[in-house]
Amino acid sequence: MSSFELTIKPRRGWQPVDLHELVVYHELLAFLVWRDIKIRYRQTLLGGLWAILQPLIAMLIFTVVFNRLAGVKSDGPPYPLFAFAGLAPWTFFSTAVSQSSNSLVTNQQLVSKVYFPRVFIPIGAVGALLMDLLFSMGLLFVLMAIYRWPITASAALLPLFIFAAVLAASGVGLTLSALNVSFRDVKYAVPFLIQMGIFVTPVIYPIHYIPQRWQVLMGLNPMTGVVLGFRYALLGANASWGVMGMSLAVSVGVFIFGLLVFRRMERRFADII
Amino acid sequence: MAPILEVKGISKEYRLGHAFNRTETFRELIQRTVRAPLAWFGSKDRPGAQVKDERFWALRDVSFNVAEGDVVGIIGRNGAGKSTLLKVISRITDPTEGSVVLRGRMASLLEVGTGFHPELTGRENIFLNGAILGMRKAEIVAKFDEIVAFAEIDKFLDTPVKHYSSGMYVRLAFAVAAHLNPEILIVDEVLAVGDIAFQRKCLGKMNEVSRGGRTVLFVSHNMAAVENLCKRGVVLDHGTKVFEGSAKDAIHHYLTSVSGNQDATGHVIDFAGASDRRSFGGQLLKRMEFYTDCDRPVTEGIQIGAQLKIRVHFELPNPTNSFNIGLGFDNPFGQRVFTAHSLFEPNRSDAERSGPQVFVCDIPSFTLMPGEYSIRVWLDIRNAEVDLINNAARISVLEADYYGTGKVPWNGAFVLKHRWYLEQAADAR
Repeated sequence: MSSFELTIKPRRGWQPVDLHELVVYHELLAFLVWRDIKIRYRQTLLGGLWAILQPLIAMLIFTVVFNRLAGVKSDGPPYPLFAFAGLAPWTFFSTAVSQSSNSLVTNQQLVSKVYFPRVFIPIGAVGALLMDLLFSMGLLFVLMAIYRWPITASAALLPLFIFAAVLAASGVGLTLSALNVSFRDVKYAVPFLIQMGIFVTPVIYPIHYIPQRWQVLMGLNPMTGVVLGFRYALLGANASWGVMGMSLAVSVGVFIFGLLVFRRMERRFADII
Repeated sequence: MAPILEVKGISKEYRLGHAFNRTETFRELIQRTVRAPLAWFGSKDRPGAQVKDERFWALRDVSFNVAEGDVVGIIGRNGAGKSTLLKVISRITDPTEGSVVLRGRMASLLEVGTGFHPELTGRENIFLNGAILGMRKAEIVAKFDEIVAFAEIDKFLDTPVKHYSSGMYVRLAFAVAAHLNPEILIVDEVLAVGDIAFQRKCLGKMNEVSRGGRTVLFVSHNMAAVENLCKRGVVLDHGTKVFEGSAKDAIHHYLTSVSGNQDATGHVIDFAGASDRRSFGGQLLKRMEFYTDCDRPVTEGIQIGAQLKIRVHFELPNPTNSFNIGLGFDNPFGQRVFTAHSLFEPNRSDAERSGPQVFVCDIPSFTLMPGEYSIRVWLDIRNAEVDLINNAARISVLEADYYGTGKVPWNGAFVLKHRWYLEQAADAR
């Protein structure tokens, strides 16, 4: 007999995150990510191309509508490049949030029939979309080459902003997926919230369009820092560190909040789902 | 040595109101949240939840210990709490009270093929399913060939499982599970799937597992399997433990005291007090009567090969000509040995009827072997099962000189009329 001992008893209130257990099960997280990547574009004609088509078409539309027709100007680089650098992380975030908020419900069978750390379900859904982000980043680099936009040393900061995007998407995904177990309303609310989200994140317009005193509010949006960070790291846009730093801190906060809420609601998932 | 598994006073309460017809809407939640932010995060006594939730205890103060290497069968009727108990022990749901101590790596198998994805190939699903059941990648790689061989699917390894036949699907799923190597294995009813040959193979594998010194907790309705595999047995009834002991004694206890009404062997069985009943359209089945040769009421039992006539009294609330009665005969091991159903009657009138009815099932020669059979009766109206009673009655078949030779039949499940005669051998001289 191993020296292993585990006591199962009723849990009440807030639960800490069991890091040891997450380490023990880490291979499963990798498998869940792998599964989601595998099945994402199965039986589609265009396959992984969808990952770039979506932001690419959005970029074209935004360039025509906002840049050409409405006269929105970028803060330096050509507008298509400017828009795509924002759309790549935004598309990642919005798809990740909608996938992960539905992830517990789509994986009901797993929730009610087998034990493993549940947090892996929404986080795995987010992780799988990193593959899409990778593809659209590839396209971004191609666009930069076409526009002869140089890559600078600040590109080394990119992983930091990608990480922040993962934290933000996971945090929101954890919270919404947990709520979705009891309230399927989440499924209907999420697409709507995401549609709104693109307007309160500086994806289409540069941050300096927002009056200085309101920029603090933009800092409360975890994706503001990511979008600004992408433009800073790749396009050499002016970094507004105040707003960016605040927003990055918010994404960490959102992640921790999501984890705690999820852990607290987790024990009833199997009974309700 | 401390037991490898200790179940200490486990209770589990479910709130039916919450699970089945949730009464709180999203709007109410928002209103409440505005009034008391954060109050709803899983808190047990949710401030707005003053709706009348029906509570029910699926488990009530269940305790037992399992020593290392023990193979324990959990038996009980449907709804006795077996599955809930396994869910608590496998950490899928929290107990409401009590605790469980596990002193070993545990894997549970509550369903065959948990996490299988139809779009993935057999090979991919082996890895995914293995990981979900708690195997490490290295372990899966090491056992991969064994799993494929056991499942007999090598030709279809790279075909998405959605194209598998259900038999192949089940074989693959069980094969993965059978190669788990935990110290404690928890298994629920998984043997009730697949064809007979594969079921036998699975039982063999389970046997091997249990002989290998593994600790196993096994839930099944198949008493023969429990008796075969388990050393010890725990009997649950209405959420409480009513017996614990050797597997044989546990089965005996279950069959004699828990599984049905003990006095359900008389001539007239009234269903008013039936304990294991599922009614979806009112309690329409009323009672049944048993007769044997020459319309004599059955008292002690019937002799093997005698006539058995069962009159089932029931009620039709609305005029219909689409109604049927089914009678299922289960042997003491819980195996269905015979089903009689009015659907099989070729000369039925299709006149509409309503109100009280009597349907008579006449079996000219009841040829099941001597023993006691439990009868399930159900009523279908328009092809939907509206009332069903498990263990509605029991019928004893008594020994008799069926073949008319002065010898009673022995061995086997039933008797058949048959003849023997000698022929001239071809090479006779």
